[in-house]
Amino acid sequence: MLRLEARATSSASAAWLSPVLALTLTGITGAVIFLAMGKAPGVALYLYFIEPLTSWSGLSEVMVKAGPLILIGTGLSLGFRAGVWNIGAEGQFIAGALLGSAPAIYFYQSTNPMILPLMVMLGVLGGMAWAAIPALLKTRFNANEILVSLMLVYVAELLLIHLVQGAWRNPQGWGFPGTRMFPDAALLPMIVAGYRVHLGTLIALTVPFIAWFVLQKTSFGFHVRVFGSAPLAARHAGIGQQRMIWSTLLIGGGLAGLAGVMEAASTIGQLMPKISPGYGFTAIIVAFLGRLHPIGVLLAGITIAVTYIGGEGAQISAGLPKAVTGLFQGIILFYLLAFDLLTRYRITRVHSQASAS
Amino acid sequence: MSETLLRLTGIRKTFPGCVANDNIDLAIAPGEIHALLGENGAGKSTLVKMIYGVLRPDAGEISWNDRGVSVDNPASARALGIGMVFQHFSLFESMTTLENVALALPPQDLQTLRRRLNDTAEQYGLKLHPDRYVYDLSMGERQRIEIVRCLLQDPKLLILDEPTSVLTPQETDILFATLRKLASEGRSILYISHKLEEVRALCDRATILRGGKRVDDCVPSQETAQSLAEKMIGRRVESARGRSGQAASETRLSVNHLSVRSGELHGTDLQEINLTVKAGEIVGIAGIAGNGQTELMSALSGETGAPQSGTIKIGSTDATRMRPMDRRQLGAVFVPEERIGQAAVSDLSLTQNSFLTSAKRMGFSTKGLISWDAVSQFTDDILKRFNVRATGKDALAKSLSGGNLQKFIVGREILQKPNLIVVSQPTWGVDAGAAAAIHDEIQALVSAGAGALVISQDLDEIFALSDRIAVISRGTLSEPQPAHSVTTEAVGLLMGASALSAQQVSHA
Repeated sequence: MLRLEARATSSASAAWLSPVLALTLTGITGAVIFLAMGKAPGVALYLYFIEPLTSWSGLSEVMVKAGPLILIGTGLSLGFRAGVWNIGAEGQFIAGALLGSAPAIYFYQSTNPMILPLMVMLGVLGGMAWAAIPALLKTRFNANEILVSLMLVYVAELLLIHLVQGAWRNPQGWGFPGTRMFPDAALLPMIVAGYRVHLGTLIALTVPFIAWFVLQKTSFGFHVRVFGSAPLAARHAGIGQQRMIWSTLLIGGGLAGLAGVMEAASTIGQLMPKISPGYGFTAIIVAFLGRLHPIGVLLAGITIAVTYIGGEGAQISAGLPKAVTGLFQGIILFYLLAFDLLTRYRITRVHSQASAS
Repeated sequence: MSETLLRLTGIRKTFPGCVANDNIDLAIAPGEIHALLGENGAGKSTLVKMIYGVLRPDAGEISWNDRGVSVDNPASARALGIGMVFQHFSLFESMTTLENVALALPPQDLQTLRRRLNDTAEQYGLKLHPDRYVYDLSMGERQRIEIVRCLLQDPKLLILDEPTSVLTPQETDILFATLRKLASEGRSILYISHKLEEVRALCDRATILRGGKRVDDCVPSQETAQSLAEKMIGRRVESARGRSGQAASETRLSVNHLSVRSGELHGTDLQEINLTVKAGEIVGIAGIAGNGQTELMSALSGETGAPQSGTIKIGSTDATRMRPMDRRQLGAVFVPEERIGQAAVSDLSLTQNSFLTSAKRMGFSTKGLISWDAVSQFTDDILKRFNVRATGKDALAKSLSGGNLQKFIVGREILQKPNLIVVSQPTWGVDAGAAAAIHDEIQALVSAGAGALVISQDLDEIFALSDRIAVISRGTLSEPQPAHSVTTEAVGLLMGASALSAQQVSHA
């Protein structure tokens, strides 16, 4: 019989080894799957994991995709550390995009340079407002934030569809769902001509460092860590429960909202019925793959972005189904959780202990 | 013929990172009350868990009536005739006594069981009420349910783990009478304790464990408490230094008509608590666990919100509605009962843990920014001054032994130079050396002019430290009396008082 036994020590290095091992095994498992599909595993893996990194345009695309993942993942990791399980970043992303895009839609001929800062601010507020609902229900009625935040994702999605097919639909759009294209003043500036890397990408790359500083050096960051790992100690030290729930949800929602408005105001340039390839959900994987550590989230965001871009490439050049991307992301999470378990426990064989009879 | 009921030979058990039991021999004769004596962490609980089949030995033999046996699980232990009463009871609070007993036995008719329960209880002088709900019962009554539940299975060997830690002196006497009666019927008892006087009064023989090894085997009645303590601890025990100075007139804490509704299910509401602690004075609060100590501690530290009524003054400031950190700013520090998870965070380093409660009072955080260098220095001071054995200030709190962690926590609070220290169970589960050190530090602090409120279930501790003693029972506090004018018996009666009267009421 096999049994799990707690290890006496769980080393910090093992905690960082497990994502590396998880990625390696994901590659191996992927190879097996490709073989079963009748594709050359070497080629397919190359397309997925290496090809996107071999050209400037590939790298640029990876960074563009990594941006929202890193922003949302950083916010979520703060909340997860505090034990506040915001699963609805996807909804907060959409809410941010909706509110943040409003100026660009109502003033579609604007050339005022202040429109962009206004949109970014509204985007953050939109995400926060959406996250404030689970925060309010949790602190007031002790409603489970996992369920509330998750269900609000669908509300946000339907609201988006409702608006782009109704009040916000482009009058000159021949009836297609979608808003007008944003005016130039409402678009984030590009960094390098010819590539899609934009100001939002840069912002996304700096946010983890700010979060890292907050966690290490500020009372608030310390409180987040204590609150998540020892709620009674937090209470003893006078760390308010309500304050922590509110602040972590608002930060998570705000960053998701920021990611949402920046996505709308850059690569998309308008609102459409679908504006996210599931960034809000994938960011949960990013947060855990990055060990809930801001710098880890930065690396994990880039890694997962590679699978998105690689998936698109493989779809075009090797005819692999798009679902493989989601499959890879799922396998990574699966292995990661398995290795995490094994860093904290070991499997022992229990054999019948026969004392002499 | 069989002169030994249970014999352990060369028992060894290791856990990741420690050897809990090393080559332990033990023999118990029929009708013998055998003590297993040792400090916390000496390996007593591990050993009995192997006898009861909760754990399996890595090496060694267990024989029962001179036949080798393998005790695979508690059910096979019970089948052999071994019963056990754990330190932490396994009872469902929202069920009645009878229901709890029925759950542990093979399915049977409740009316027959009720009769058997009443018969057994009466036979051994254990008063029980089959239809009362467990949450409503005192710890002593709950223990009686556990004992009767074991007796219904007609055990040859009854194991009791620290049974008196939750009892009043009077309840202890009742328990001892029951145990002697059981022994006279030829049943054996394995009695686990670290209380020397009890072992001397009750037990026929004693096996002494220290650091996972069997160090001695003796007849307790032929030993003195001092000699037993030396065997148990392995060196001479120094008595606490005592303290100089008299209580001054300055008030450090005054609580007036404090009533708090407990937020916990089956918690204890505090009713009309009145209490003052003066400078240079230690006030001790005795009482059995679960009589409102936790609620009182949280109300004083500010962990629970505003009370239903009444006031709390720290110094001369009304702190009734203050938050924990603001109360600490007034010079009050708190050492709660739960070390891991409440007083300290197991996965954080000692440096981070010292920041936990000292942030504001020591000025380690300015405008939200933490100066870790200063915290680190403070932590070094704690480790040095309080002789905390740890690999360093970066050691995780969970790597410290209970005694060392408690020294660290008490040190963290005392080095904040408080005017008032409120401490719950200061030496619970702490080895004798660390306990003496902690007592010394509290007394030194009080000699220097602070006031102290000590909440403890350990009557010896209460009497050793306190100038005045009060008893908490069912959420009410008795009038504090000067320590020299009260006796252990009087305190014991107060500890059990309202439980008794409640019983009489429900009887009527």
